[in-house]
Amino acid sequence: MSDHGAATGTEVRVTGATETTVMTYAEAIRDALTTAMRRDERVFLMGEDVGRYGGAFGVTGDLVDRIGPDRVRDTTISELGIVGAGVGAAVTGMRPIVEIQFSDFTAQAMDQIANQAAKIHFMLGGAMQVPLVIRAPGGSGTGAAAQHSQSLEAWFAHVPGLKVLMPATADDAKGLLLSAIEDPNPVVVIEHKLLYKTPGQVRTGYATTPIGVASVRRRGADLTIVATGVEVSRSLEAAERLAADGIQATVVDPRTLKPLDSETIVREVISTGRVLLVQEAVKTLGFMSEVAAVIAESEAFVHLRAPVARLAGLDIPIPYAPQLERAAVPQVEDIVAAATRLVREW
Amino acid sequence: MPLSTALPPAETGTAEPVRLLSPEGQLVHSALSEEYLPVIEALPDERLEDFHRQMVLMRRWDIEAGNLQRQGQLALWIPSHGQEAAQVGSAFAAKPQDHVFPAYREHVVGKIRGLDPVRIMAILRGIDHGGWDPRETGNFHIYVLVIGAQSLHATGYAMGIGLDGASGTGDPDRDEAVLVYFGDGATSQGDVNEAMIFAASYQTPQVFFLQNNHWAISVPVERQSRTPLYLRAAGFGIPTTQIDGNDVLASYAVTQSALDAARSGAGPRFIEALTYRMGAHTSSDDPTKYRENEELAYWGARDPITRMEAFLRGRGASESYFRALAVEAEEFAADIRTRTLALQPPPRERLFRHAYTDAHPLVDEQRAWLERYEAGYGDAAAPDTGAAPAEDGAGA
Ligand SMILES: Cc1ncc(C[n+]2csc(CCOP(=O)(O)OP(=O)(O)O)c2C)c(N)n1
Ligand SMILES: [Mg+2]
Repeated sequence: MSDHGAATGTEVRVTGATETTVMTYAEAIRDALTTAMRRDERVFLMGEDVGRYGGAFGVTGDLVDRIGPDRVRDTTISELGIVGAGVGAAVTGMRPIVEIQFSDFTAQAMDQIANQAAKIHFMLGGAMQVPLVIRAPGGSGTGAAAQHSQSLEAWFAHVPGLKVLMPATADDAKGLLLSAIEDPNPVVVIEHKLLYKTPGQVRTGYATTPIGVASVRRRGADLTIVATGVEVSRSLEAAERLAADGIQATVVDPRTLKPLDSETIVREVISTGRVLLVQEAVKTLGFMSEVAAVIAESEAFVHLRAPVARLAGLDIPIPYAPQLERAAVPQVEDIVAAATRLVREW
Repeated sequence: MPLSTALPPAETGTAEPVRLLSPEGQLVHSALSEEYLPVIEALPDERLEDFHRQMVLMRRWDIEAGNLQRQGQLALWIPSHGQEAAQVGSAFAAKPQDHVFPAYREHVVGKIRGLDPVRIMAILRGIDHGGWDPRETGNFHIYVLVIGAQSLHATGYAMGIGLDGASGTGDPDRDEAVLVYFGDGATSQGDVNEAMIFAASYQTPQVFFLQNNHWAISVPVERQSRTPLYLRAAGFGIPTTQIDGNDVLASYAVTQSALDAARSGAGPRFIEALTYRMGAHTSSDDPTKYRENEELAYWGARDPITRMEAFLRGRGASESYFRALAVEAEEFAADIRTRTLALQPPPRERLFRHAYTDAHPLVDEQRAWLERYEAGYGDAAAPDTGAAPAEDGAGA
């Protein structure tokens, strides 16, 4: 394993507190919500079952007891209403955070997200801002079938005006959410259902993760894996297995899809000359298609020793049967196989 | 800036719901019930027993499925305990030619339409992607888990019936109508409201059947609406009735009358059945987190099966009927259990089979890739098209 010495996203990302404590990804989000709400009375949350129930995935937990029902609001089952009212509240100067119970149901709210939230600042010539945060869990692996398991980040990344964040660790779940709340633009934060129970070291206090800075999670000389969401931890596990086989991988987590830290990605691709792009979402026109293009258009192109390789979800709806569901998206062993082939054959 | 979420007391509406059977199992004679009682009085004993029988079988199925879920044999179970009367009565009111669009809790409606209960078990065991062919299941359409979406499908279907001239001909054995089920939570979704707008606009042959079970996961109906939900339909110009949803006779008679009107070409109808979800939202839910025991006790005392049993006994139903039914219920549950446990995971091939209706080059390419990949790493090395990188798609 070689260290190329350049500054990594990891090195610049820490702001504020440096004390850490172990909590799960879900607890880290709750910590961010509590911290932001205690700090700024303009911040409030609304969504389905976020109050006494504590959220469909337990993310809000006892937040309603900590902050009160006026600012932790249970809504009716009206996703369009939730986001649209969030847009209106944001325009008044509030800092609304809206939770969509499954990211699949952003589909119901798409007019308010894509035509309203994303466009208002532009169309009003900057006269109004929409500091809205939309949180939504995505991804498969929980046996929730085709309409509750999609990875839709590319939808949002395709709309000018939106920022799109995809935290892969507990610390980023907190840090990126705090940055999203601070941000004057509408920000979509795609969380992952499988990560909610994953523990990690999380910085205490008001500790943000900057938007637009990738994190190099691991360094190795043989290939560079760029992965998002749940595929980050799968890639790190794959990298351990590859190391046992004598293959050393760098793993880059972009963390924010839009804006994208192309610089870190290009630099890390140049350093190994091979790149494997891993996403859970379906392959066609996915986020990694964009990353592949960014690499192809950059100075990294002449450093490539192998074609850019993508490993992604099959272009099918997520099946309900667990055996099929698992086969539909990249697992650790698939990353190991794809990386091995890339290194051995090129 | 105070953001008040406190709720003033809800408006309860002026009218009593239509009730034909009291919680004690007596026929109710009132101004509201007179219109419907002749329908009930004309029913043969066997029909009335069948109402009761289907409710009892459903409750037994609920217990069996709950056990199977706890034993790890089902991914999820969606109980209907408490809502049997609303479902059984309305299901019996539909004619064979009618089309029924469920939400996801209407298991007994499917059973009455001719759906094999194991088809539902297969979905909740995670064997199936989520469907059946409604043409083989008594026009019982598929479960829709995205809240409210089926209301628009039903309205579109009813528009199709209208355009086909398959309703309003005056022949009650041929005229078709649509019956669509949804919950109190779903009434807050745009889909349901837009469905009512279309239905009123095009005077579709359909009945909106709302089961107000008082909860949408953890959110009480008072949060969904400050006005009785059946009155919403009036605002859309749809004739509407509120019924005691734990009274199987009211559910049957009122739904029959509404469907008759829809079939005859008189336009859509709306029914709100007041009932209660006695169990959890699904097996993933813990209702003790958000609701009180008193409420449960109140509704427990209004159980739909108890009152129908009292009614049948009052009419002199024989002890042998109840004994035979108890045996049948055990056999029914055992049969569901045996056949559920025998359900095997689907073949790998089902990943791709129905992504498109016809052959699609991308799907074919990924299927071929997966086959080679699974056959062994060495064989997967050569992509079948020059364009695809070797790592195309995902693996097992
Ligand atoms: C569009 C959409 N939003 C949210 C959910 C999550 N969800 C599933 S069931 C449910 C409550 C539905 O309540 P209701 O319509 O009253 O039906 P019930 O479950 O009580 O029968 C919710 C919010 C969903 N499935 N679809
Ligand atoms: Mg309900």
